[in-house]
Amino acid sequence: MRRVISVIVLNEHGVLSRISGLFAGRGYNIDSLTVAPIPESGFSRLSIVTSGDERVLEQIVKQLHKLIPTYKVIESGEFVEKEMALIKIPLNENFGGLDAILKAYNGSVANTNENYIIVMVADDANRIDNFLKAIKKFNPVDIVRGGSVLMDI
Amino acid sequence: MKELNGSQMISEALKLEGVEVVFGYPGGAALNIYDETYKQEYFRHVLTRHEQAAVHAADGYARASGKVGVAFVTSGPGFTNAVTGLATAYSDSIPLVLISGQVATSLIGTDAFQEIDAVGISRPCVKHNYLVKNIEELPRILKEAFYIARTGRPGPVHVDIPKDITAAIGKFEYPKEINIPTYKPTYKGNAKQIKKAAEIIEASNRPLLYIGGGAIISGASELIREFAKKTGIPAITTLMGLGVMRDDDELNLGMAGMHGSYVANMALSESDLLIALGARFDDRITGKLSEFAKHAKIIHVDIDPSSISKIVNAHFPIVGDLKSVLSELMGRINAKPENFEKWREILARYNSLYPLKYTDSEEVLKPQWVIEKTSQMVGDDVVVSTDVGQHQMWVAQFFAFNKPRQLVTSGGQGTMGFGLPAALGAKWAVGDKPVINFTGDGSILMNIQELMTSVVDKKPVVNIILNNSFLGMVRQWQTFFYEHRYSNTDLSIQPDFVKLAESFGGVGFRVKTKKEFEDALNTALKSDKISLIDVVVDRFENVLPMVPAGAAIYNMILDDKGQK
Repeated sequence: MRRVISVIVLNEHGVLSRISGLFAGRGYNIDSLTVAPIPESGFSRLSIVTSGDERVLEQIVKQLHKLIPTYKVIESGEFVEKEMALIKIPLNENFGGLDAILKAYNGSVANTNENYIIVMVADDANRIDNFLKAIKKFNPVDIVRGGSVLMDI
Repeated sequence: MKELNGSQMISEALKLEGVEVVFGYPGGAALNIYDETYKQEYFRHVLTRHEQAAVHAADGYARASGKVGVAFVTSGPGFTNAVTGLATAYSDSIPLVLISGQVATSLIGTDAFQEIDAVGISRPCVKHNYLVKNIEELPRILKEAFYIARTGRPGPVHVDIPKDITAAIGKFEYPKEINIPTYKPTYKGNAKQIKKAAEIIEASNRPLLYIGGGAIISGASELIREFAKKTGIPAITTLMGLGVMRDDDELNLGMAGMHGSYVANMALSESDLLIALGARFDDRITGKLSEFAKHAKIIHVDIDPSSISKIVNAHFPIVGDLKSVLSELMGRINAKPENFEKWREILARYNSLYPLKYTDSEEVLKPQWVIEKTSQMVGDDVVVSTDVGQHQMWVAQFFAFNKPRQLVTSGGQGTMGFGLPAALGAKWAVGDKPVINFTGDGSILMNIQELMTSVVDKKPVVNIILNNSFLGMVRQWQTFFYEHRYSNTDLSIQPDFVKLAESFGGVGFRVKTKKEFEDALNTALKSDKISLIDVVVDRFENVLPMVPAGAAIYNMILDDKGQK
């Protein structure tokens, strides 16, 4: 079962490695992990997407809490979850319908040059999946997908 | 505020933490630290002959004293040698601080000579670790290291200090208070849960105390004895919980698990309420999980929330310090010994049916006899360390432990080579009290060089090798489960342990009879030198009862007829 967890940790040397090491060492899955400092604080926020049953999730939360730099683990309640994707499409493709797809997913053109355009989209993970299916017909040459970022409501 | 260099700060911090002894091994990246160690007068430094042994010695000191053990090592291989010691201490929640030298900050990441990512390596086997990146943070980090090591669920803390930081000068103000906003161990148990636990205990018919190493760490042993006496609830212990209950206490059913007593394992299987006190449901205790204590509700008291419901589901979890929780529970409990009389009768029957026993012989020494005899000869005023293997389990079964901190043994990791250095560390903790290390002919060779450490520091301990010329426990498994194929476990070709001891400057004995053993032990106990008593024992003796790995805990092999 898919789970999302938001973790607030002290923003110190090696903290990301502690968290990822915990997942690796105990055999928990990481589907995605993003991290950035929380402005004007000594803390960082990690957004983790993982999977497992109730029991596994309970252990993940307890083990995260056990780490000395962990301040808070938020795993219950509702989250706004957004993920980002960048897609590179050759300019020689037929772009008929691209605008409509971008509009449907609040996407936009992030960059262009003489060979490619790069479009971007930020949405929840399921919708990103759908977007990537829809955009396949433009034969993208590269897709970069970021991990989820979470905010509890 | 004093201005000190990093190495002086380490010495000052150790002084302020009340450290009496440091175990270690010098090297390039630790030279500044060692130079200061030479000059200072606060603590004694014991030179072990291997970094692994330095950490085991600090660990043995911590286990026997209840204080934080300290070790110094250098960077690179000095540090990697120490990792087994860290893992051993981490598994058994032993408070210690390891200070390692690191290459200079300008060299970190350049694959410099004796450089290794020490904090990266130690991370999974310590409670916390630090790489010190500037001199200003060193006093705080040292203070935090000791605080984290000894509070909450104790554990090893590793501080990696680059060589330039050990020379850099900074202001030394050792923090009086610790404020780590993210680290607040819970000591006091939830009052509602404790009240509920008291009600559940009173409503139960076949309750059982299940005592782990946490009972010793939290200093709750005396309270547990009182609790058992007041309620009449029988108790089983883990390997790490030995000594919490007196060996001769009628309520003490002994150790449970893979080599636990029949009565302890049957009590686990038939109890209707398991009261887990600082025990973590290791697989060597639970056996097949689906069959483990399946009639029992579980009350689990532990200071570490992540231990609760990790392996078995706790119906009544209480997070807190065992001593604090138990004092409160004592005030609330009305259960009387007569409530559980029938339960105790059932258990007494089990005990008489299959007591722990062995068949003694006049032809060949039995390892169990050697342990029982030693126990009778030395009494309670002794600390016993062990290595790992058959001898460790026989010690758990046949040595009469009556006090907490009397047994120093590697439970969680089962680290061969632990016994001798840990015994040396324990000897520093207990002064004149004798320290005896039971070891095997396999284990002793894993850190035999520490005989030298003992001789130089005039800290004699008695080493009893239960020599069956085998890696005995592995051989036992090969006998039972691999059709007697003794792959790489036959150790018939051996060094002369007597000469070996003598060459290090100790004393050695080789004994084959009961009389020889008693004489040797008497001489060894009186000796001011380290001793090795090489006891030739029955080669094919097995540790019984035995629960095969993965089997239900009540499915015990009780005798080895036809197994030889």
